[in-house]
Amino acid sequence: MATAEVTHDSHDDHGHHEDEGFIKKYLWSTDHKMIAMQYLVTGIAMAIIGGFFAYVFRMQLAFPGVEVPLFGIVSPAQYNSLVTNHGTIMIFWVAMPVLIAAFGNFLIPLMIGCDDMVFPKINRLSYQIFLLSAIVLVGSFFVEGGGFGGAWTAYPPLSAVSEYNLTPMGATLWVVAVALEFIAFLLGGINFITTAMNSRAPGMRLYDIPMTVWMIVVASILFMASVGPLIAGAIMLIFDQTLNTGFFDPNKGGDPVLWQHLFWFFGHPEVYVVLLPALGFTADIITTFSRKPLFAYRTVLYTVFGTGILSFTVWAHHQFISGIDPRMAHIFTITTLLISVPIAEMMFVYIATLYKGSITLTTPMLWGLAFIGEFLIGGVTGIFLGASGPDIFFHDTYFVLAHFHYTFFPIAIIGSFAGLTYWWPKMTGKMMNETLGKIHFWGTIISFNVIFLPLFVLGQLGQHRRIYSYEGFGELMREDVLLGMGMQDLRVLATVALLIMIGFQVVFFLNVFLTLRKKAYDAGPNPYNANTLEWLAPSPPGHGNFAELPTVYRGAYEFSHPDRELDYWPQWEKD
Amino acid sequence: MTPTRTTTPFEVISDPRPRPALPSAVLGMAVFILTEIMMFAGMVSAFTITKSSAVLGWPPPGQPRLPADETLVNTIALLLSGVVLFFAGRAFAKERGSAKAPLLVALALGTFFVLFQGFEWVALLGQGLSLTSSQHGAFFFLIVGFHGLHAVVAIGALAMVGQRLQQGRLAASTFQAVRLFWYFVVLVWPVLYVLVYL
Repeated sequence: MATAEVTHDSHDDHGHHEDEGFIKKYLWSTDHKMIAMQYLVTGIAMAIIGGFFAYVFRMQLAFPGVEVPLFGIVSPAQYNSLVTNHGTIMIFWVAMPVLIAAFGNFLIPLMIGCDDMVFPKINRLSYQIFLLSAIVLVGSFFVEGGGFGGAWTAYPPLSAVSEYNLTPMGATLWVVAVALEFIAFLLGGINFITTAMNSRAPGMRLYDIPMTVWMIVVASILFMASVGPLIAGAIMLIFDQTLNTGFFDPNKGGDPVLWQHLFWFFGHPEVYVVLLPALGFTADIITTFSRKPLFAYRTVLYTVFGTGILSFTVWAHHQFISGIDPRMAHIFTITTLLISVPIAEMMFVYIATLYKGSITLTTPMLWGLAFIGEFLIGGVTGIFLGASGPDIFFHDTYFVLAHFHYTFFPIAIIGSFAGLTYWWPKMTGKMMNETLGKIHFWGTIISFNVIFLPLFVLGQLGQHRRIYSYEGFGELMREDVLLGMGMQDLRVLATVALLIMIGFQVVFFLNVFLTLRKKAYDAGPNPYNANTLEWLAPSPPGHGNFAELPTVYRGAYEFSHPDRELDYWPQWEKD
Repeated sequence: MTPTRTTTPFEVISDPRPRPALPSAVLGMAVFILTEIMMFAGMVSAFTITKSSAVLGWPPPGQPRLPADETLVNTIALLLSGVVLFFAGRAFAKERGSAKAPLLVALALGTFFVLFQGFEWVALLGQGLSLTSSQHGAFFFLIVGFHGLHAVVAIGALAMVGQRLQQGRLAASTFQAVRLFWYFVVLVWPVLYVLVYL
């Protein structure tokens, strides 16, 4: 923090950035847009690794014991490591860096009309620590004993005692990587909150801030307030693993459930940490493409704060069968069901925004609408799990797995694609091809549903999570359970759909490759006739973002104003 | 970057934006301290749960009691350093140079606190209290150790502030942010003292 003051000075010397070497430009930059790109590229690379893991273990589940192309035969230990690190990567190294770090870094200064983050050097340090954490995690797959396989929640004693998990190095490296990743986002979060509060363009009041910025700021506050106990827990776990303490070891007077509290006190707000940015993108996208103001801006804002506070009171619904007091379970059931109210309200707000709008179904709009619809399925199935009664039966089945994939996939993948396709012209200066974009959209959405809808059915039939092969369980190999298909057929269906979904991602990269250098796809500064400040800057914005500091005259969503001929009214235009 | 700059950057750049209620360095530090408070809350609640469910009493049989009386002296030293630093801040606002003496006193008191803790640790280790001897020892060294680590970092930051003050290039907001961090280190300690030592 001590260097914070000095770092302001780097604002002034934008001219110096023109003739830098590769390392200085791409690895040592303090520019918020470059750091955003670093996070984005690292996040996509990690998504490819996490997706590859999903492919390998889905192949094992559909065709047990078969030699998986590009991997080989999957051993049970490898299977555990694959599912553990798939979850870890997708949440901590894909959803967090892409939704919060990449979009937060890119959008906050542009949307509030300033030239860079308040602490650019802390920002650079944040990415460097993040990169280090990714390297440590990937490295942990190759050490003796292989990567950690005790699930992404890392419950002790499995995670703490190497005689149980058999990955003495992998388990410790996993915790170290996660702890480093938290430090990286801690530094990022300090930047996001401070920048949004202190660097707004003249005239931008709190209620003029675009929803995306508000959501990222609230998400950062949630992260900062919830991560502390887990950092404490991670340190205790590392001590248990390496220094032979017994914080979580009942033989030494410790308590394994203690870890679950520390983990889920962070783990549940974390869901909202990644959800809120995606909700913010959706707000910006659906207003732009329905040409209507956001319905009840202030109410949405208060709802977000309320959701944030409430999200700290629900964590023990992950522990209904961990032996917590049943009276506690009642309380956490109530708070958990309560938190569906603000989220449902948000859904209604978005529908009200769309109502009688002049809707254009562009690719980003499709992603935004799909986010609302698919997340709704995740939310509704969560009600069964949040109530302690049904949860006793659903706990650790594929119903849970399908439920949280219906929340996390819309957040991390659909939300990221919504943001990426919407702000792509601003990031690169080029539009994307709409036809290819829509092929990619429909291919991804349909195959996503075909992967996870069968898993709800399998879960209801009692299929337990984290099992290497179901061949030995007769009651989990039943025939004719859904539309003439047996349970194994449903597993094969999900795996085939996953292969199709992975195949469709090629279309996205093809789209990028085909449009990035073509003059016909030039975007111009404001291709969607949107209102927020980032559309004033050139596409892509140069150093310093704006030619001169913009002044803000009105809120972010003044579409179809009755006194105005044009159907949009940018924040920066005086009249 | 001019080495003799004594004002905050917001004063240097003529900026049409309204002056923020909290300078960025202070707001950033406040957000950081929020996380720190929650981290200590996590450790302390873990400790309290473990202590309250200990079947064999607390401290466990065969483990030394913590030197509560001696540490009370040390606690007062740390609180005093916080008070002195508060006056250093007020002196700085009036006349920059006059902050040097109280800053040095606060630094000396903080260093005294850390050294005292160090000697206490050596004595406790000699009496058989270690990270692996019991939950008592594990939590003691974890919580008090983390506080000590924060104190060492904060003393380093205070020393840096002192050096910049000497060179006449201390920004008001940097000093304010470092003071805030030191207040955190000072104010969290009585909580830990009451919960862990008593």
